[in-house]
Amino acid sequence: MTEQTVTPERVDIQKLKSGGFIKQTQKDLFTVRLRMPGGRITPEKMAKVAEVAKKYSRMGFCHLSFRQSIELIGVHIDDFDKVAKELATAGVKVASCGPRVRVPTACGGCEYNPNGLMETQHKALEVDEKLFGTPCHHKFKTSFSGCPIDCARTMENDLGFQGAVEPQWDEPLCTGCTLCAKACMEGAIVPDKDGKPIFDPGKCIFCADCIRACPTNSWRIKRQGWIVRVGGKHGRHPRQAEEVARFLPDEKVIPFIEKTLQWYKDNGRPRERIGTTIDRVGLYRFITEVAGPVLQS
Amino acid sequence: MSEEKPDQSIDLRGVLCPMNFVKTKLKLEEMETGQVLEVFLDDGEPMRSVPRSVKEEGHKVVQVENMGKAYKLLIKKQ
Repeated sequence: MTEQTVTPERVDIQKLKSGGFIKQTQKDLFTVRLRMPGGRITPEKMAKVAEVAKKYSRMGFCHLSFRQSIELIGVHIDDFDKVAKELATAGVKVASCGPRVRVPTACGGCEYNPNGLMETQHKALEVDEKLFGTPCHHKFKTSFSGCPIDCARTMENDLGFQGAVEPQWDEPLCTGCTLCAKACMEGAIVPDKDGKPIFDPGKCIFCADCIRACPTNSWRIKRQGWIVRVGGKHGRHPRQAEEVARFLPDEKVIPFIEKTLQWYKDNGRPRERIGTTIDRVGLYRFITEVAGPVLQS
Repeated sequence: MSEEKPDQSIDLRGVLCPMNFVKTKLKLEEMETGQVLEVFLDDGEPMRSVPRSVKEEGHKVVQVENMGKAYKLLIKKQ
């Protein structure tokens, strides 16, 4: 055999996975997954990634992962150090895989998207900075959607946060123009004979379209925050997340994740996703031991 | 809502999103602050999107009139 093989002495696969190097079909070649919280990257970093990929990808291409990061395909094991060092000169970091807190995903966010209700990008950065890589029983994915359109698919993450606004109507300012009823796609607002809104809170999904449409600011923000969903996943056995909190204030996101991770550590079993833990021990336990205490803290 | 007399008028029935908003915006740009633009819009998506975008641009819808399948809006340039 002329080709060098990956032997246990040369490399510890588990250790590599924690460093974001993923084994490929091809002998000695690995996929290098980059750490890009929320999928945001500056042109300067992109140029560096392109330069490094051109130099070290032995297969000549990159791949966009399903969690918003760039992957360099076909990097030889002997080039790992050089790849990591050269990427680091532009502040580009390598992500991780395996049983730990993954890089958060996020939609574009309300910084420039007119539908946005909560700022997702800054939150994804903060979570990445504070909690990325925390060891868990299994992978632990978080995501942030700025509004109920839910582009970041909070239903399919271990812990998902979706921006929401509860509207409130002040009659004196209302002119009965009916634009709020036109704007509401949920049928939660129906005009009465004078054009004034009849509001059905049960149908409201907290998108704030009524507030955006109202020309007189008769519709206003009553509460604003995150809808929190836990236990979602895709893969071989998909599971939809369940809603466990409404209008969680922005500053309680990190405490919520920390308390969830502690609960998962205490109640979960090795190689078990948190959704499975919840199915086994009961959602009420999660709500009373995590969601309730954080909301009331 | 007070009765306003339009200074300009634009009929956007049959014009799709987002061109109906773009045309409204361009028309408003030609006008003076305080002037009123009359806009005819189809019901449905145009009525969901255009008034909201007009508000985001900082202008004010001062009157809405249901004409059956279409709507007439009066927009005051701010």
